[in-house]
Amino acid sequence: MAHHFDIIIRSIFLENLPLAFFLGMCTFLAISKQVKTAVGLGSAVLFLQVITVPLNNLLLNHVLEPGAFAWAGFPNVDLRFLGLLTYIAIIAATVQVLEMVLDRYIPVLYNTLGIFLPLLTVNCAILGASLFMVERDYTFTESTAYGFGAGAGFFLAVVALAGIRERLEYANPPAGLRGLGLTFITAGLMAMAFMGLAGF
Amino acid sequence: MKKLDEFFQKLEPLFLKGGKLEKYYPLYEATDSFLFGASGKTKSAPHVRDAIDYKRIMITVIVALIPCTLMAMWNTGYQANLALEAIGVASPAGWRGSIMALVGCSSESFTSNFLHGALYFLPVYLVVVVVGSFWEVLFNLVRGHEISEALLVTSLLFPLTLPATIPLWQAAVGISFGVVIAKEVFGGVGMNWMNPALASRAFIYFAYPAQMSGNEVWVAADGVSAATPLAQVNEAATASQAMQNVDFTFAEAFIGTIPGSMGETSTLACLLGAALLLVTGVASWRIMLSMLIGGLLAASALFFFASPENPLNGIPPHYHMVMGGFAFGLVFMATDPVSAAHTPQGQLMYGLLIGLLAILIRVANPAYPEGVMLAIILGNVFAPLFDYFVIQANVKRRMLRHG
Repeated sequence: MAHHFDIIIRSIFLENLPLAFFLGMCTFLAISKQVKTAVGLGSAVLFLQVITVPLNNLLLNHVLEPGAFAWAGFPNVDLRFLGLLTYIAIIAATVQVLEMVLDRYIPVLYNTLGIFLPLLTVNCAILGASLFMVERDYTFTESTAYGFGAGAGFFLAVVALAGIRERLEYANPPAGLRGLGLTFITAGLMAMAFMGLAGF
Repeated sequence: MKKLDEFFQKLEPLFLKGGKLEKYYPLYEATDSFLFGASGKTKSAPHVRDAIDYKRIMITVIVALIPCTLMAMWNTGYQANLALEAIGVASPAGWRGSIMALVGCSSESFTSNFLHGALYFLPVYLVVVVVGSFWEVLFNLVRGHEISEALLVTSLLFPLTLPATIPLWQAAVGISFGVVIAKEVFGGVGMNWMNPALASRAFIYFAYPAQMSGNEVWVAADGVSAATPLAQVNEAATASQAMQNVDFTFAEAFIGTIPGSMGETSTLACLLGAALLLVTGVASWRIMLSMLIGGLLAASALFFFASPENPLNGIPPHYHMVMGGFAFGLVFMATDPVSAAHTPQGQLMYGLLIGLLAILIRVANPAYPEGVMLAIILGNVFAPLFDYFVIQANVKRRMLRHG
């Protein structure tokens, strides 16, 4: 249990996807103008990570790994070259299902998220989490913990950035830096602050 | 004085709109108000509710920093003289040696200590002020803003957080980063969300760790290594032996005769500054109090409950308060009115978070021997969020009350 807790803490603070690996920058920068929408985006990412990382873990261990089809008489089949394709497919499918479920049962949240939800299909932070899971040989429970931590880390980072950007409404940057330019600098300074937690 | 005033009055039209030297108005305004005080009222945030001018606030902070600065010079010299005596060298090498030859190096002599320290502190300070002012003036001239005294505070705070042996060019790189990237690109004073002095320090801390940490940098004498109290604790085997390894008493650490960054060693000097800041109401007592509580909570929890394998867990909570930069960060860095949380409840949470994080990073993170600087810039990251939630809660409460 302590080991899983460690994975969660690490992935939230030390290996924060946007601030330590700079993954998922497009949504991170684009949808952080207001804390309210940032909370919506963060929850959507959190939800997706918790589902897709363990799902991809199952897929990896029971379909793609060499020897996964030994029960059917094909012990030498190695499908790992299909990894990228299948992970993306799983993510896209999960986003679709999530969309339909939210639309049917929690329409308020569905409307708040709006276009962000389908866009998450192509978010590199979400694919990145699955690829890290593969690289680090996580088990099923470990990858559930990792998925939660990676999503929570994104949530924290995007909400903090939105908080800063709401304050920056009153800033007076040089004309060339208005908007995204300033947000890039802000994200860089945040990453510097988060370096204080690296190395635990 | 009166003649000078008349001279400035005469010059003024030159710099006003339409005048010949209109472009250089910020320079004129800065010199004028520095010499004669401001006559106008604050035009913009962050101090709209108070009649006090931004300049006066900044000057108060500088006055509050005087004890720390004097102590920085004395202690830097004292440590260097002690080290030289220990290795049996009469005077430091280079140009400092020829100046020190006038008074001689002796850790007993106040003049010798003070002069020796000043020879290390003043060059760093001058470089930082000159380079910092260069960027500030450049941005203000181009953008037509008034030059603010906040730069004087930043450029005094920053050298105080540096080790005495810092190469001057690194100090210049640091302050350039802090002033330009952390402050001026956001529009200058009052618009930045991260403390520029700390951004400068964090930048060179990550960029040049060899000159910013370790045992070689704290004492300004060639080839002498001296561990800070925290580093000494870290060398102990277990938590129960932690304090036996430290050859400084609580009183020494409190007064500040220990190796460390130039201005951070003396808790006493910081407390003198804190008294002035609190009496004048310049710094927020909420932040100071809650950061102190947060630090004590984390330190006690680690001291009483954590595993004895990590020697840093063995530091008694009251020692945490006088070691490293905790006091300096608490009094001067966390309370920066611009980058801290602005709402009262937000300030309480902000201080608490910094206090907890500072001790946690210091003790639990083997990569960094000191956590106060990093904890405060992390606090800066989350400060706007605390404000947001406090304001939202307030809005919700009022909506309920008034329908």
